[in-house]
Amino acid sequence: MRNVWAVATNTFREAVRDRVLYNLVFFALLMIGAAILVGQISIGIEDSVIMSLGLTAISVIGIFIAVFIGVGLVSKEMDKRTLYALLAKPVDRWQFLLGKYVGLVMTLTVNTAAMAIGLYMALWTVKHPLERGDWYLLVAVYLILLKLALIVALAMLFSCFTTQFLAILFTVGMYIAGVFAEDLRTMQAVDLTPGTMKLSRGISYLLPNFENFNVMGAVVHGRGVPARLVWQDTSYAILYAGIVLMAAAMVFSRRNLK
Amino acid sequence: MPSPAIEIENLSKEYPFGFLNLKKRRSLENLSMQVQAGEVFGFLGPNGAGKSTTIKLLMRLIFPTSGTARILGKSIADVSMHQEIGYLPEQPYFYDYLTAAELLDYFASFHGIRGTDRRERVQRMLKKVGLETAKKIQLRKYSKGMLQRAGLAQAILHDPQVVVLDEPMSGLDPLGRREVRDIILELKKEGRTVLFSTHILSDAEMLCDRVGVLVGGKLRGVGTPGEMVGIQSQGMEILFELDGSNKKVALLEKATKTGERYRVQLQEAELYGALDELKAAGARILSVAQLKPTLEEFFMNLVDIDRAQANAVEVSGR
Repeated sequence: MRNVWAVATNTFREAVRDRVLYNLVFFALLMIGAAILVGQISIGIEDSVIMSLGLTAISVIGIFIAVFIGVGLVSKEMDKRTLYALLAKPVDRWQFLLGKYVGLVMTLTVNTAAMAIGLYMALWTVKHPLERGDWYLLVAVYLILLKLALIVALAMLFSCFTTQFLAILFTVGMYIAGVFAEDLRTMQAVDLTPGTMKLSRGISYLLPNFENFNVMGAVVHGRGVPARLVWQDTSYAILYAGIVLMAAAMVFSRRNLK
Repeated sequence: MPSPAIEIENLSKEYPFGFLNLKKRRSLENLSMQVQAGEVFGFLGPNGAGKSTTIKLLMRLIFPTSGTARILGKSIADVSMHQEIGYLPEQPYFYDYLTAAELLDYFASFHGIRGTDRRERVQRMLKKVGLETAKKIQLRKYSKGMLQRAGLAQAILHDPQVVVLDEPMSGLDPLGRREVRDIILELKKEGRTVLFSTHILSDAEMLCDRVGVLVGGKLRGVGTPGEMVGIQSQGMEILFELDGSNKKVALLEKATKTGERYRVQLQEAELYGALDELKAAGARILSVAQLKPTLEEFFMNLVDIDRAQANAVEVSGR
């Protein structure tokens, strides 16, 4: 694990020095702007608007980072050949891959945590004191983080066997398909044959179900999130990301570098 | 007899290309050779000869189509072998957001070097490669030569038994080349095995115990630089000075004059007669040397043969 941790901390350092966390400035401006404007245009539901806007921004910014930086984690190292000297050290390729993954998830955790703090500050400006239901926001933020961790794993898998551009397309495609996985499963179309129905149902189980992680509707309206759902989502994300990362390691461990 | 530090057996590498990668291009063909422990071995060859391919195979950056290799008795598939190996990639490029000190510290962590020892080693290596004053500058601001030095430092940071350097002189000015040569000689003095590839034949002649010449993916010869080029003498050369008054020396007809000095080339059998003649004429003999083909001539000859063979295959294939 020593090697994995070394790669992870270096990946985190890279993200910090490459100014990835500068997105927080954009988020802060968005939240400040929202806090000022919301009070004037949405009487009575300021807190809901702030929460919706904040969670959406956390999710979108996170997805952006997870896809674009996730895809570049391995392919950039291969393109720039920074990997050569590292892989000539006593480091397994899977350790490198896992280290890069953990490093980016660490970056996303810090980023998401900072945005969550910003969101609470914005919320506090329109409504104080905060109520018990407002703390469910943390659960929503946690589930967004799980979703991002899953996206990073997918981005890394695709970047292990194709170009950066295609890897971005595949990752975004998987995300969109994953958002609609539930719909695919419950689709009741009259003109589909039973075989096609079974196939679409099978595919829906294979796709990462990103809607599992979306509890924004409940949280914004002050409803709680069942603890069972949190555990299930956590287990699902760990299992799915684990399988994806194992597949990525298998592909990467056989890959000839340029 | 010393045990081999590097053993390569029938190593081949093919790269797929063309539509659907159906065609294969052979980059290395049945390479078998050994590098003995403690020797400096030079890989020579033109671009595309297979030098870097061989080194990348040894470093498991690419995987062989067939064949095996062992370093210090361990298969190249065994990651633990890298504990005792240092590697400098060709035209190295490192994490440009790090400083040289941070880079070395990062790489040292993979070798289990900790605490004070790590800090001391990093400082020592930076001093050794002449980057002590630039240690706090991010690598993105480094010149090519400075990156090469940083690369060399990370390759020898952990006192490896085997050091593999891919074109270590590339991009360096004469001073930098001299420093790299000194480091290689120092590694040799410390009993380490050095394998390096180069285009610069004079460096190979100066540094290597043995050289291997790769052309077109095939090993065309292995031996000491002397063995490779000095199998057959091409004659003798005498360098001498002669007063202007003595113009009756017959040897002068064959000689070429540069400044006050004459240089004459003749067969070995003629040497003593010529020396007697020069002595009688009162000439001052400056040097007598055996004429041998240089490594460069030997190398160019192999390349010409390879190109001629390739052309012959092309013609017969039409």
